[in-house]
Amino acid sequence: MGKIKSKINDFGVSRFIVVVFLIVLLVTAMVQGQDMKAISSDIINRFGMNLFFSLAMVPAIISGIGLNFGISIGTLSGILAGLVSIEMGLTGFTGVFAALAMAIPFAVVAGGAYGKLLNSVKGNEMVVATYVGYSIVSLMCIAWLILPFKSPNMIWTIGGEGLRTTITLEGYYDRVFSDLWYFEIFGVKITTGMLVIAALGCLFMYLFTKSRTGIAMKSAGINPVYASAVGVNVDKMRLLGTIISTVLGAWGIIMYAQAFGFYQLYTAPLSAATAPVAAVLIGGASTNKVKISHVILGTFLYQAIITVAVPVASILVPDGGLGDIARIIVSNGIILYALTQSGGNK
Amino acid sequence: MENIKPVLEMIDIKKSYYGNQVLKGVSLKVMPGEIHALCGENGAGKSTLMNILFGMPVIANTGSYEGTIKINSEEKHITTPRDALKAGIGMVHQEFMLIPGFTIEENVKLNREPLKDNPISKVLGNSMKSLDHEKIRKDTQAALDQLGMDISPDEKVEGLPVGYMQFVEIAREIDKDGVQLLVFDEPTAVLTESEADRLIQAMKALSEKGIAILFITHRLDEVMNASQHITVIRDGQFVKYMATKDTNVTEIAQLMVGREIEVIERTKNNDSVNEIVMQINDLHVDMPGESTKGINLEIRKGEILGIGGLAGQGKIGIANGIMGLYPAKGKIVFEGKEVKLNSPKSAIDAQIGFVSEDRRGVGLLLDESIALNMVVPSIQNQKRFLKKIGPITLVDNPAIEENANKYIKELDIRCVGPSQSVKRLSGGNQQKVCIAKALTSNPKIIFVSEPTRGIDIGAKRLVLDTLVKLNEKYGMTVVITSSELAELRSICDRIAIVTEGKIAGILPADESDTKFGLLMSGITDGMEAQ
Repeated sequence: MGKIKSKINDFGVSRFIVVVFLIVLLVTAMVQGQDMKAISSDIINRFGMNLFFSLAMVPAIISGIGLNFGISIGTLSGILAGLVSIEMGLTGFTGVFAALAMAIPFAVVAGGAYGKLLNSVKGNEMVVATYVGYSIVSLMCIAWLILPFKSPNMIWTIGGEGLRTTITLEGYYDRVFSDLWYFEIFGVKITTGMLVIAALGCLFMYLFTKSRTGIAMKSAGINPVYASAVGVNVDKMRLLGTIISTVLGAWGIIMYAQAFGFYQLYTAPLSAATAPVAAVLIGGASTNKVKISHVILGTFLYQAIITVAVPVASILVPDGGLGDIARIIVSNGIILYALTQSGGNK
Repeated sequence: MENIKPVLEMIDIKKSYYGNQVLKGVSLKVMPGEIHALCGENGAGKSTLMNILFGMPVIANTGSYEGTIKINSEEKHITTPRDALKAGIGMVHQEFMLIPGFTIEENVKLNREPLKDNPISKVLGNSMKSLDHEKIRKDTQAALDQLGMDISPDEKVEGLPVGYMQFVEIAREIDKDGVQLLVFDEPTAVLTESEADRLIQAMKALSEKGIAILFITHRLDEVMNASQHITVIRDGQFVKYMATKDTNVTEIAQLMVGREIEVIERTKNNDSVNEIVMQINDLHVDMPGESTKGINLEIRKGEILGIGGLAGQGKIGIANGIMGLYPAKGKIVFEGKEVKLNSPKSAIDAQIGFVSEDRRGVGLLLDESIALNMVVPSIQNQKRFLKKIGPITLVDNPAIEENANKYIKELDIRCVGPSQSVKRLSGGNQQKVCIAKALTSNPKIIFVSEPTRGIDIGAKRLVLDTLVKLNEKYGMTVVITSSELAELRSICDRIAIVTEGKIAGILPADESDTKFGLLMSGITDGMEAQ
């Protein structure tokens, strides 16, 4: 008994509970006779499309601003870049790489301003970030109406002014990464291209944490007094961390959109922070410590639970619309649970 | 005397944490109104013993303890801190448990405020009673007077010097009704010598009023000065109970560490060298509680210079100002070049090494490995310990580990290996990691602040030995700032005494006590003893 207990402690109690919860859901789904192949395909797909968002939490956490609840700032930069790429009529890989490239200047400018703000509210970053995120989303709601986009695929058909709430990528770069080297095995769809890109993202982030700048950022995050005593400019590191996080958030939405097939405008980015925050927390990160393994494990667990919970709940409670309510309860419940455990796992 | 019963008896106390036995049968006996010293190295089990006495939750959570605790000969099983308070045991904590934004009187009376009736409370009951401010003031004043404190009870705790906070803690404990035993856990660790003297006088006054005092400290001269009886424990084992008058410092120290302590004898070889390596001109440092107001000091090449003085006089500010950690103005010339102030980077670039007095706060990344802790400044400022793989520059782990192994061996750091996290090390070994960190960036001069604060006797020697070795073997110029004059005198060539933010004078280490005392006493009374 003691041995099992210490094994669980090594793995992390909160992670263990989440894994058990996932297994229970999977078993229930099987008993209900759900299409397990579709569910498995969906888990893999969602894992790949959300990984960049979770990865965006890493520079924020290690530079000391904590969980980046203002990731929607990055998301909006990414959407803006994506819309410009559509407006320019770019398709395929040209389109997606153009969007990724254009997202960088947008995200650097927005992230820089956001980082400056966070440097002036040290100690309250997460609360401030949440509301900055909300405010920017609302501000952009106005922008989407008045920005001079002309492409008929994006503006309202009737009236002809302002952008639609969802903008399809069909004919542009819908699933360009997802369908790259795509194959099926036992009926399970593997989106190889996207997984490879996600893995590359993780690898680069890992290498970054082992670089000189990465170590400076880490020390600034863990102990700002120490960092300045060894000659690290703490504010600069926090700023840099915020900017990198914002850029990754921008890339995250473009990766997400190419897999999903749409850009969602207006209030959709409001909840951008929910999934990545929950993912890294259940992966074992805390508000000041994170490893790449936390990101990968956490994103997988969180996305798997969300994927399985919705169909399972809709059969358990067949009333219409309850499936989505179940999704919201589960996702917010996991965040709440993970935050109470935010001491993190060693 | 035989029929006086001990106020506290702890008999054959055993305790293990997760199968690791930390107390192997310790006994302790404190008589009413005596000052009893509990001595032992760090890790000897003193804190665990006190945690048991106070019923701290950590004990109950890890499976309680074995043995008997008797208070006034009555067996008690203390399971919560509340039990301990009821039994009349008070504790003066090493870390201050005070609310900074409250005044002294509010802190002293917190949650025990005397109340008085008002019209509303007559109707709505006791919870509506108002505070009896007059009585609060009077009681607090009485407690402060008892300690010989000349300070107004309505001053805020925040901003008080550390020494005063300690006295506020004590005032709170003695203000409680029915206190029979007060535990002082390392009360003088953060105090200067004169403050410590005052504290000891206050302790003596309390014991004369019949309150027994259990005194835990590293400073053996204080033990000799204050206590009537001594209990020594070592490695969780009871070693000896003895009367203070029958023993001496050497014997206690020997019992504590279980080995001889030798006084460092060093070959003083620097008298002939007169080359000035660093010139400090009119240095003003704005460091709260330790500000300097115009330091002029010349540091000679290859010497060990001590900077002494009372706490709050500014000796700590000198090194922190030079290193750019606190706002400073003035002029520093190092090896003929001016060092820019207010910039940690330019001080590090000038190859000035620094070991901070705040080991855990400024000196270390506690969660990180020993190896990484040693090289962070070198990575950031000298771009060493890096390797290039194609376009990417990464840290060079083998080199970092090699560096760590070198210093682990050289400084005798007791650890599992270079990848152990520093928070698991003892204070002395953490200090050695800090020194290794400074040495890794190849400094030409090293400033060491309070190198032995909060570490036990055995480790203290090793740290001081290390500094002497650096000086003698590598000819490194070492500047040590310390509150313990005896420590400075044991290893320094010259000692500068700082008072009121200025250098009061520089004396050779073998100068008489009186001269040192006079230099410091210009501003404080109570130093006459020196």
